[in-house]
Amino acid sequence: MPATDLRPPAVPADPGVRPYDVAAVRREFPILGQRTNGRPLVYLDSAATSQKPQAVIDAVSRFYATGNANIHRGVYRLSEAATAQFEGARERVARFLNAPDARTIIFTRGTTESINLVAQSYLRPRLRPGDEILLTAMEHHSNIVPWQLVAAATGAMLRVAPISDAGELDLPGLEALLGPRTRLVALAQISNSLGTVNPVRRVVELAHAAGAPVLVDGAQAAPHLAADIQALGCDFFACSGHKMFGPTGVGVLYGRADLLEEMLPWQGGGDMIASVTFERSTWAAVPSRFEAGTPDIAGVVGLGAAVDWLSALDRESVAVHEALLLRHASERVAAIPGVRLIGTARHKASVVSFVMDGVHPHDIATILDADGICVRAGHHCTQPLMRRLGVPATARASFALYSTTDEADALAAGLERVRRVMAL
Amino acid sequence: MSDLTELYQSVILDHNRRPRNCRAMPDANAEAEGYNPLCGDRLRVWVRLGDGNVIEDVSFEGIGCAISQASASLMTTAVKGRTRAEALELFSGFHDLVAGDAEATTGLGKLTVFAGVREYPSRVKCASLAWHALRSALAGANEPEHP
Repeated sequence: MPATDLRPPAVPADPGVRPYDVAAVRREFPILGQRTNGRPLVYLDSAATSQKPQAVIDAVSRFYATGNANIHRGVYRLSEAATAQFEGARERVARFLNAPDARTIIFTRGTTESINLVAQSYLRPRLRPGDEILLTAMEHHSNIVPWQLVAAATGAMLRVAPISDAGELDLPGLEALLGPRTRLVALAQISNSLGTVNPVRRVVELAHAAGAPVLVDGAQAAPHLAADIQALGCDFFACSGHKMFGPTGVGVLYGRADLLEEMLPWQGGGDMIASVTFERSTWAAVPSRFEAGTPDIAGVVGLGAAVDWLSALDRESVAVHEALLLRHASERVAAIPGVRLIGTARHKASVVSFVMDGVHPHDIATILDADGICVRAGHHCTQPLMRRLGVPATARASFALYSTTDEADALAAGLERVRRVMAL
Repeated sequence: MSDLTELYQSVILDHNRRPRNCRAMPDANAEAEGYNPLCGDRLRVWVRLGDGNVIEDVSFEGIGCAISQASASLMTTAVKGRTRAEALELFSGFHDLVAGDAEATTGLGKLTVFAGVREYPSRVKCASLAWHALRSALAGANEPEHP
């Protein structure tokens, strides 16, 4: 049993605070009432993408049914109303992530595009041969490859901060790699493969002391209500709408205002210019400068609805629910003969990655699917991490605020069935 | 509900647990790697072709799920002693079997245990990984194949 970092007991100190009602939360997610393979859906792949509450589905549908027009252009009322919805979502996202100003929030297609924007627009012009970009061994490919691309183009190189066998960041190891050539530090707040919660605040202090800005991949942090940009003190923060109960196709980049002001556009097109002639163009102000072309307006409206929905929840109650769920699921899964948990950091989000002796993760996922249980199997877009931990792949059950201990029990029962099917 | 016993038949479980011809072959005259970047499954197939393009020996090593391991194992037992042309024809029939192109496939012998794969589209690549590597090896290609 791994040591999981548990928060205070589930009983709220204030008797006026209602306990977290997961059944009521689940009723807001239509898909969770569905059956798959003839069995009730047990969706344990929220780290890949979260399900959507009715409020988000309705917001997207309502926008198309009653509010659709292009933004920032029309002088007619429908377009102005669409612009107001779009910009209103920007303000709500800024508040939700505790960004200092809505102007520091750029809408993208997702975390991947947000990171690529920083790589191309902020970092690339600043890189010289021999410069360094510091990552960690647990990064998602989307927080590795964009840096590789700009490093290859400029002669810069990647450095990789080590991790322990439990999947915890080696902070002294990271500090030792920080130096005068470090141009940026990029790391996940929460590991998608392991659930490890990184000490981002401390990394930011170390990096800033060395003169390096920090990009935080917050894709996994936002849905656990753990994203607080000003508390982290980071310079860039990226997350995806679809992992935080919003639509696919929309993401967020926060950038420090002074850095954004210095950055040139990455993509050119409509809506990002002040003036265009065939000789030259001048750029629109931040954030429009980085939002070329018609964005996913309905997606942004849906994301606004998602953060409204999340903001109405009590963060502490959600944290306690997820911590208890993680402890319960970790205990149940680790108790299955032949199962080994991968990623046993002291401070973890509700991700349970594991391997089973004699059974490949893909077989585990296929057999669980017959019980209506959805888990991810594979390298989780973290091949270097898998190599570091000496496993070709893992099975991963990832829990969200709508997940239940019953579902963790169903997973455990499913794993017993895996053993029977594989004749173990 | 999908019937798991169709997919995980005892023959498949047996070959997964005790894969046949699972070894490197120092005197091979053809070899190739099969790699599925989607799931990270990776294996290497060795072939020793003799006179008349007869597969005198064939072996494999690698990591992967039960389907890919058992498929590699059964493939080696199925093609050993056959000619290159016969092996390729067998692959064609096997592909029809698992990809669901043909309802009636004959002459596949034990390989028909993989018929259940047809119901699991995401697992077709697992079942055919070793065969793609074998085909590369027989084509004389030593480039890693990305099926």
